[in-house]
Amino acid sequence: MFEKLIQYLQYPSVQYALIVGVLIALCSSLVGVTLVLKRFSFIGDGLSHVAFGAMSVASVLHLTNQMILVLPLTVLSAILLLRTGQNTKIKGDAAIAMISVGALAFGYMLMNIFPVSSNVSGDVCSTLFGSTSLLTVTLADVLVCAVMSIVVLAVFFLLYNKIFAVTFDENFATAVGTKAKRYNLILAVIIAVIIVLAMDLVGSLLISALVIFPALSAMRIFGSFKRVTIFSAILSVTCAFLGIIASILLSTPVGATIVAAAVSAFFVCLLIGALKKEKHT
Amino acid sequence: MSLLSVQNLVLGYDNHIIIQDLNFTVNAGDYLCIVGENGSGKSTLVRTLLRLHKPMEGNICLGDDLKPTEIGYLPQQTVVQKDFPASVREIVLSGCQARCGRRPFYNRQEKQLARQNMERMDILDLAHRCYRELSGGQQQRVLLARALCATQKLLLLDEPVSGLDPKVTAEMYDLIRDLNRDGITIIMISHDISAAIQYASHILHISKKIFFGTTEEYLKSDTGKLFVAIESGDSIV
Ligand SMILES: Nc1ncnc2c1ncn2[C@@H]1O[C@H](COP(=O)(O)OP(=O)(O)O)[C@@H](O)[C@H]1O
Ligand SMILES: [Mg+2]
Repeated sequence: MFEKLIQYLQYPSVQYALIVGVLIALCSSLVGVTLVLKRFSFIGDGLSHVAFGAMSVASVLHLTNQMILVLPLTVLSAILLLRTGQNTKIKGDAAIAMISVGALAFGYMLMNIFPVSSNVSGDVCSTLFGSTSLLTVTLADVLVCAVMSIVVLAVFFLLYNKIFAVTFDENFATAVGTKAKRYNLILAVIIAVIIVLAMDLVGSLLISALVIFPALSAMRIFGSFKRVTIFSAILSVTCAFLGIIASILLSTPVGATIVAAAVSAFFVCLLIGALKKEKHT
Repeated sequence: MSLLSVQNLVLGYDNHIIIQDLNFTVNAGDYLCIVGENGSGKSTLVRTLLRLHKPMEGNICLGDDLKPTEIGYLPQQTVVQKDFPASVREIVLSGCQARCGRRPFYNRQEKQLARQNMERMDILDLAHRCYRELSGGQQQRVLLARALCATQKLLLLDEPVSGLDPKVTAEMYDLIRDLNRDGITIIMISHDISAAIQYASHILHISKKIFFGTTEEYLKSDTGKLFVAIESGDSIV
């Protein structure tokens, strides 16, 4: 088994898959903490459906570079969704559900009316679970992912204190002059970019899982924002790494295996959290 | 010149007026209590003073040396905070946002200020504890320390004692009175009229008929008399 693993790790495609998986895991877990705390856990899912809808429009229009349409539309939806925030009539989760379901249905309908490929349900399935097996990522994908991760990491690092302040108490932050709207906007753009880039590689199911589970797991154990952020990044990266390895060894689907790893990690954290609480009281 | 003056203010949401013809002034060192029934628009008024909400008409003038971002604010608790993983220190430090400006990280003075205010609120030993595990009274002290990091001059407190037990409530009132004696101007929302009369120098009563004046004037006014009668009637029963 071990030898088999060593042998697999020689392949560039396996190396690329590991790099891309780990980077996506890292980025999505960082924004994940804020999104979960802002009650936007499902934004990953919603936005990937928007991206799917946009993609079907792009393919019906026979655009050669689909990103021209997909990225702006997804960013726009992200901005609209995160703007709903604390003080509006339609609450965040309802808004996400509306956009998510609407865009998915619209895209699916378009693809059926103007069939571009012969396998419509296959295309729909691939938005959920990743269009390509992670093992077919190219060097170009790796480079794009690396650049994106560096940008996300840098922005997150520099804005860390502002993001905390705005997430914890948007009203207070605004009252003392922090531009909450601006930071929400930046966050929206980041999450949209992550999703558009990652959707094709790993699918929306995995993105949602990587946004939600590491953050929730870390919140079971730790009581400070910094620790929760750092631990969820570590956890997410570990799960992605182990999940990919396991999927190779066991020949299981990559995305689903990573999600399974993240879910198991969540239950372990739940247990540790419960034990910790017991010790306190 | 006064620290804060409000002229002909009209407040509301979506063309629905909640408060009109509101006039009052607050001078440095005052302790103003805003009283009134639930839904009378007290929180809306405070949010307007903080520029979180736009007035439909009227002006809010701040004194010469008071910047809008130099007002400390203790909000009514929101849902997000209830299960938020944040340490006491992280929260208090976030009161220094205005000082910090565009700089990405807090500097030594700001960390020192956060420490001083935790000491002042007697929560230094809780610095690394998680906010959500604290008692209601401790949580309010944390938010007060955060507000103090934002201001030396004016504190706006939105129902700082709601949900606290009587003993902790009394401690909280004493704490706020001490801050006022140290020279910080206080504007506090409360629906506890007896506490308002006991501690405040001025009272703003929001209802159909708005009253603004000193506490003595309030006790002599019709609204005041009525309320005191009802309150004392309640406490006899
Ligand atoms: N975001 C909002 N949109 C519309 N109406 C609101 C909003 N917030 C409060 N209100 C209404 O304004 C009135 C005053 O609310 P509020 O200022 O919270 O009162 P108080 O703090 O005195 O209890 C209430 O009738 C409430 O329903
Ligand atoms: Mg209120």
